[in-house]
Amino acid sequence: MQWETVIGLEIHTQLATQSKIFSGAATAFGAPPNTQACAIDLGLPGVLPVLNAEAVRLAVRFGKAIGAAVAPRSVFARKNYFYPDLPKGYQISQYELPIVGEGRVEIVLGDGAVKSIGVTRAHLEEDAGKSLHEENLAGGGYTGIDLNRAGTPLLEIVSEPDMRTPQEAVAYARKIHQLVRWIGISDGNMQEGSFRVDANVSVRPLGQTRFGTRTEIKNLNSFRFIERAIQFEVERQIDVIEGGGTIVQETRLYDPERDETRPMRSKEEANDYRYFPDPDLLPVELDVAFIVDAVADLPELPDSMRERFHTQYGLGEYDASLLTTGRELAQYFEAVVQATAEPKLAANWVNGELAAALNRSEIEIAQSPVSAAMLAGLIHRIQDGTVSGKLAKQVFEAMWSGEGDADSVIQARGLRQITDSGELEALIAAIVAANPGQVEQYRAGKDKVFGFFVGQVMKESKGKANPQQVNEILMRVLASD
Amino acid sequence: MSLDASDIEKIAHLARLEIAPESIERYAADLSNILDLVAQMDAVDTTGVEPMAHPLHMSQRLRPDRVSEHDRRELFQAIAPLTEDGLYLVPKVID
Repeated sequence: MQWETVIGLEIHTQLATQSKIFSGAATAFGAPPNTQACAIDLGLPGVLPVLNAEAVRLAVRFGKAIGAAVAPRSVFARKNYFYPDLPKGYQISQYELPIVGEGRVEIVLGDGAVKSIGVTRAHLEEDAGKSLHEENLAGGGYTGIDLNRAGTPLLEIVSEPDMRTPQEAVAYARKIHQLVRWIGISDGNMQEGSFRVDANVSVRPLGQTRFGTRTEIKNLNSFRFIERAIQFEVERQIDVIEGGGTIVQETRLYDPERDETRPMRSKEEANDYRYFPDPDLLPVELDVAFIVDAVADLPELPDSMRERFHTQYGLGEYDASLLTTGRELAQYFEAVVQATAEPKLAANWVNGELAAALNRSEIEIAQSPVSAAMLAGLIHRIQDGTVSGKLAKQVFEAMWSGEGDADSVIQARGLRQITDSGELEALIAAIVAANPGQVEQYRAGKDKVFGFFVGQVMKESKGKANPQQVNEILMRVLASD
Repeated sequence: MSLDASDIEKIAHLARLEIAPESIERYAADLSNILDLVAQMDAVDTTGVEPMAHPLHMSQRLRPDRVSEHDRRELFQAIAPLTEDGLYLVPKVID
């Protein structure tokens, strides 16, 4: 039997605010436990939540970025369940009237084809605290609760069940990740839990229109885990059905060490959330001015920038995609292009040496010791023939390790290309004179020996000879007499 | 609509309320009456009436994104039954 996989994702992304969604406590990551949990976050009696304008503004930006309608009126609801890291006994979320309606994003598949994925909705909600199970607290038998994260604003982005392979799910998750960082609404830090993915997975016989029973894999916090967890789950479901069993609708957790999903010990009746409008919060009504203001400084979006890099600069799909993975990188690239008017050379350097160096040092473009101006300076020196492409790599390495800009590195290390033809003529004449045997061979028709001479010249000149000039002079000298 | 004993037990459990077995019947009757009242209201023609999310005809005020609350952990933890290393302790729970 041929099976088709159906995947929908729910992505929780933490919004980049200073304070929490309903309180004035700080949201900074890594503070000592419970030092950023105020009376509202603790759900103490008599407190009232007050909505953070910035959380609303960031949600509106996301809505616009995916071409969705932003609701002029949205309502907060209580999602009721009991768990120790949720002090109120309910999570404030949005249910019937979310702030962001239907939108779409495009993903590029492995074969280069473009697929459009529907976003059903995106709604604002508060994060829960953290439970620490592993520690031997108070002699054991206890779970420690840190409520610093409780009340941190989340935007939950719910997709349509539009994905058909684990790879498509990863491409979609990467797309949303790229987008939330690009428009500055989240740092997207997956290690710190700022971007967490739940995957709804089901299988059905190919050609059947009705969906199969789905399971939900919770809290996937890396792209690799998303792919592997879904892959495992699909195989498991097919095995169960082909073995004559049925799929139970349940929540599962992925265990990366064993590379498998397991049923979560169910939070009893966890799915009976009994949502109702939160009487502590009034409906959120956004006027046109608020929405216009929220999106006024929305930057050019990655898809359109990628397309522009293609048409305006003549870059290939691969280069254009790589350069638009992040906004800072794209800006860096454009700064280099503006200074040099050499888009292809700039793309090669940014996607080549620079990307490799960033990777090696495990830093982001913003921390690059080689600024866009410095890279442009180096490209100028390649353009005007001061350094060869090969030596330019040395210059780059030197700039990377803090030896100054291209001109001072070239000066200090004596890397200036030898373009003085007199100097080259003399050098070549000496080499030709010193190797009569090879000259003989060349003249007897063994063209390969030419490479030997080029190699000798490069060696003698420590790579500083201009290769084109070397070729010309060598040709002439070897051909004559 | 009428609720039976098992409905009452389930609702009570979801709300983590302990109900004495002898009061279950009374709760079933009371809650069923409330639902009957709602059913009566269902009969009213509400065409063109916007669903109400809040009794006040006002919209939510927004707060500027400023940190205004500072660490008062010691004060809050003074009333907690058990704490250690800054954590609130609860009986062990496992996902």
